[in-house]
Amino acid sequence: MPKGLLGIEELERSEIEQILDRARDFQPPPNQPFKRLDTLRGKMVVNLFFEASTRTRTSFEIAAKRLGADAITITASGSSVSKGESLVDTLATLGAMRPDAIVMRHSASGAPHFLARHLPVPIINAGDGTHEHPTQALLDARTVLDHRPSLEGLRIAIIGDIAHSRVARSNIHLLSKFGVDLVLCGPPSLLPRELGEIAPNVSLTYDIREAIRDADVIMMLRVQLERQHEAAYPAGEYFQFYGLRLEHLGLAKPDAIVMHPGPINRGREIASEVADSQSSVILNQVGNGVAVRMAVLERILKD
Amino acid sequence: MGKLLIRNGHVIDPASGLDKIADVFIKDGRIAAVGERLEGPGAERFDATGKIVAPGFIDMHVHLREPGFEHAETIETGCRAAAAGGFTSVCCMPNTQPVNDCATVTNYIVDRARLTAAVNVFPIGAITKGSAGEALSAIGAMKEAGAVAISDDGQPVMNARVMRRAMEFAKAFDLPVINHCEDLNLSAGGDMHEGFESVRLGLRGIPSVAEDVMVARDLLLAQITGARYHVAHISTRRAIQMVAYAKAQGLPVTCEATPHHFSLADEDVEPYDSNYKMKPPLRSRRDVAELVEGIASGIVDCIATDHAPHPGSEKMQEFERCPFGIIGLETAVALAIDQLVQTGKITLRRMIEMFTVNPARILRLDRGTLAPGAPGDVTILDTTTRWTYDVNRSHSKSRNSPFHGRSFTGGPVATIVNGVVVWRRDQG
Repeated sequence: MPKGLLGIEELERSEIEQILDRARDFQPPPNQPFKRLDTLRGKMVVNLFFEASTRTRTSFEIAAKRLGADAITITASGSSVSKGESLVDTLATLGAMRPDAIVMRHSASGAPHFLARHLPVPIINAGDGTHEHPTQALLDARTVLDHRPSLEGLRIAIIGDIAHSRVARSNIHLLSKFGVDLVLCGPPSLLPRELGEIAPNVSLTYDIREAIRDADVIMMLRVQLERQHEAAYPAGEYFQFYGLRLEHLGLAKPDAIVMHPGPINRGREIASEVADSQSSVILNQVGNGVAVRMAVLERILKD
Repeated sequence: MGKLLIRNGHVIDPASGLDKIADVFIKDGRIAAVGERLEGPGAERFDATGKIVAPGFIDMHVHLREPGFEHAETIETGCRAAAAGGFTSVCCMPNTQPVNDCATVTNYIVDRARLTAAVNVFPIGAITKGSAGEALSAIGAMKEAGAVAISDDGQPVMNARVMRRAMEFAKAFDLPVINHCEDLNLSAGGDMHEGFESVRLGLRGIPSVAEDVMVARDLLLAQITGARYHVAHISTRRAIQMVAYAKAQGLPVTCEATPHHFSLADEDVEPYDSNYKMKPPLRSRRDVAELVEGIASGIVDCIATDHAPHPGSEKMQEFERCPFGIIGLETAVALAIDQLVQTGKITLRRMIEMFTVNPARILRLDRGTLAPGAPGDVTILDTTTRWTYDVNRSHSKSRNSPFHGRSFTGGPVATIVNGVVVWRRDQG
């Protein structure tokens, strides 16, 4: 199988460290325009998005261009996928055009893994169903490290629809490799108890206050209405019991940061005042998305 | 018709208690004699020295896909796969297109089998019209046309009242009611067993309880109706425990296990490989252990494959879009020898019983024995030859097997139907 990036679970801690260190080099100095590099000149990256995305798609595109690669983006609605072509045929067709890597977002868990077995092109997973979203976890870790000297020993709470979250899975795998004290929180129907065994140092709670107490980092997840196939909790009770509000922040460490992978639903999982507060680093996350994806593309594509 | 003398094999016939080196003489399609140094003048000879000679194996759960899905399998190709797997009889589930819910379709299957099948085919009729779970199908007429059981396999009857009526009506025809136990509300949207692996892989789960609640319901209905009831492809430890309880109460309840459920657990799933996707899903290691124990203790009555062909175009997709099911006719016997006999869990004799007399009794077939007068169906096995399964050489039209490339010691070596050798390993 050619080198790609399918998930965090199978990465070594040292590999993650290399990506995070390299990403720091790509963080633009404040108030200075970014200089385009030519590290990946002549390389072709195809971004294939079978599912709607704004930040991930744009930041992969910017990352490729800043490194001097050519990037083209294909979305399902504007392609032969909408004419009924199968995933294998779509990818084989693109593969025949010899791109150097395919960045892929798909609503089915394992779709990139399935293709990686059948195609000789490196595949970078930009989010597969409810499985993994490796570059999101990398940019989240980069963001935490911008505010803390190391991940070791931090207490991090991940709150929301854990069951359906690929962001949560990738973050759990990454953070637990670095000795983070992880607490997962959500309504029981969205917090399968098996998650407690998925990695070391993971605990579960159904009580948002308990999750936030003494936390260094609070990671909120979007309520993924599109992935819930039935009412997993009583309508209208989510924000009341699992939404992050200003009053909760007092329970966390004084300089705790609040993160969210976006897009945020104000008033559904996070109060507007929290999203816009001093504690929120949501826009730093977005900025780091480009830097981390540059590090990933460089690692996979550089000769 | 001709004569066939199977010489010097180790004859094991659990139905008649036979277990010795002997010859089997078949004349005019029926067992004429079993004994030492039989003459068989003018008979074709089959040297079975060093081999096991057993009654023809019966697989009471296959999908032959004809009529309607001939791109996946036909009665002809499915039966060639059956012969190559050591089976002399198969029972085909009714989820064809049209559904086998009336005598016309049953007759069609019987006729096609007569024209094209290498082995005996016994149709299973639908419980409800179109297997839609509402109105009862033409159960009596299908029985007269040759159906040996009723089942809405794959589309379990969700309405308990309909199931009760089906059980009551089936009693009049002495037909067993076979159910694929899956509460469709609890399993909805699931792709693999709900547990650690499904959570890790981000796939939606099919919980064990989806099977358990329907087994519980059906056993209670079997008790009040007195119907003969059979659980298809049992897979969870609680379902096995409930069947054990029902049997202890003396209910006429039986169940089958598939080779994949006693050989593989959810943690063996090659991630996102659709050759590991079936219903019920591969369960936890604990369930597998309990299933093997149930086979050893006699709670599980027979081994059936749930042979479910799907063409590559359907299986080469995103995992969640692939259909459920795998082929199994050619690997079943070898897996049983490998996983059950060679591990010391059961004897070879017990394995043969599960493939022969037990399904024959459940389905009231005059087969599954080498008693004189029985149809001349014989399966010849060996327990020493090393071989490797190559799915690309399968007789099935489909290739969806998780056992491709797996090596076995022992398996079927020849299949004899009504006195005619229809398959030999040394001749492919």
